[in-house]
Amino acid sequence: MSLGLIGKKLGMSQIFDKDGKLVPVTFIQAGPCFVLQRKTKDSDGYEAVQLGYGDKKEKNVTKPLLGHLKKAGAPVLRVIREFRFDGANGSTAPAEVPEVGQTVDVDLFKEGDHVDVVGVSKGRGFASPIKRWHVSRGPETHGSMYHRRAGSQGASSYPSRTWKNKKGAGHMGDARSTALNLVVVGTDKERNLIMVRGSVPGFNNGFLMIRPTVRLRKATRQAMLEATRADRAAAMGKANPMKASKKKVGK
Amino acid sequence: MSSQIITDFVSGMLKTDVPDFQPGDTIKVAVRIIEGDKERIQDYVGVCIRRKGSGISESFTVRRVSYGVGMERVFPLHSPKVDKIEIVRRGRVRRAKLYYLRDLRGKKARITERKTLTASAKAAQRAENDAKSSAK
Repeated sequence: MSLGLIGKKLGMSQIFDKDGKLVPVTFIQAGPCFVLQRKTKDSDGYEAVQLGYGDKKEKNVTKPLLGHLKKAGAPVLRVIREFRFDGANGSTAPAEVPEVGQTVDVDLFKEGDHVDVVGVSKGRGFASPIKRWHVSRGPETHGSMYHRRAGSQGASSYPSRTWKNKKGAGHMGDARSTALNLVVVGTDKERNLIMVRGSVPGFNNGFLMIRPTVRLRKATRQAMLEATRADRAAAMGKANPMKASKKKVGK
Repeated sequence: MSSQIITDFVSGMLKTDVPDFQPGDTIKVAVRIIEGDKERIQDYVGVCIRRKGSGISESFTVRRVSYGVGMERVFPLHSPKVDKIEIVRRGRVRRAKLYYLRDLRGKKARITERKTLTASAKAAQRAENDAKSSAK
């Protein structure tokens, strides 16, 4: 996880982009995040920074945590997360490593950036395989007595047991989930907002982590594609490239 | 149920000059069209058969029959591509979604003209008159 931000999902809406297209966006209130601790190779064995975000009442914070916050000169914070940037799990070092006592805000990202958004997915409770694994359901009528059941658990004499990872009912959701490679549609420094194209995990008012995407290859490919498309559009505006080549041949 | 912050942010992008048109009204939509690097405005005239959604997501559908073929276009109300909306004729209809027009053609697909104004239109007119009288 590279240096990112902690934020809160506000909800979804739509926005018109530069081309006048209506784009679905999620509004995230992100930052300012306070730097609470700087972890280095010498002191902790890896490079990371600890960020905090959100309000909390002082009476609800333990004294050791309060001391930790005070040491960094930060207010009482609700969420504390660590952002590692020493190459582990595709993380990259930020251009500028923030020091303890500083804050990180939405300036970290700009329009057109590709980000990953980490959150906790909506809990669905104990869910059957139809919802949990998208297995197909049985017929509703025509004398069918096989409606939403789990289906076969496996063969009989061999293996005489249920295979591991058989898709069954169980707890669904309420787990860490990452939306990969979303495009930042815009930021608003005044209101600490980031608008991200598409949906992100979890309920409104849920806490999220936003980081530069680990799917960089895909992001760069897309950037290239857009660039060539722009070039082509520019060429189209001037002259038909097919006709241009014909002219040359004629001469 | 969206957050107040979102509503505030998006409200700045809404158009303020949208006329008070309703389903049943014949309207003229000036659509911006980009051809190559040139931009021009094309009018699209037809009957508004539906208004849908609210806020920045509001859209309306305009139906017209050209060369015997019915055609419907859906426009986002606040889209920058919709340059202007003009009311050509107000129609009297008894429902909000005029999907029944799709099954009708010719004389049956007519909509009678509305002479009386709606409550909101009346209020707008009254405000205009007040402004005029106070100016005097």
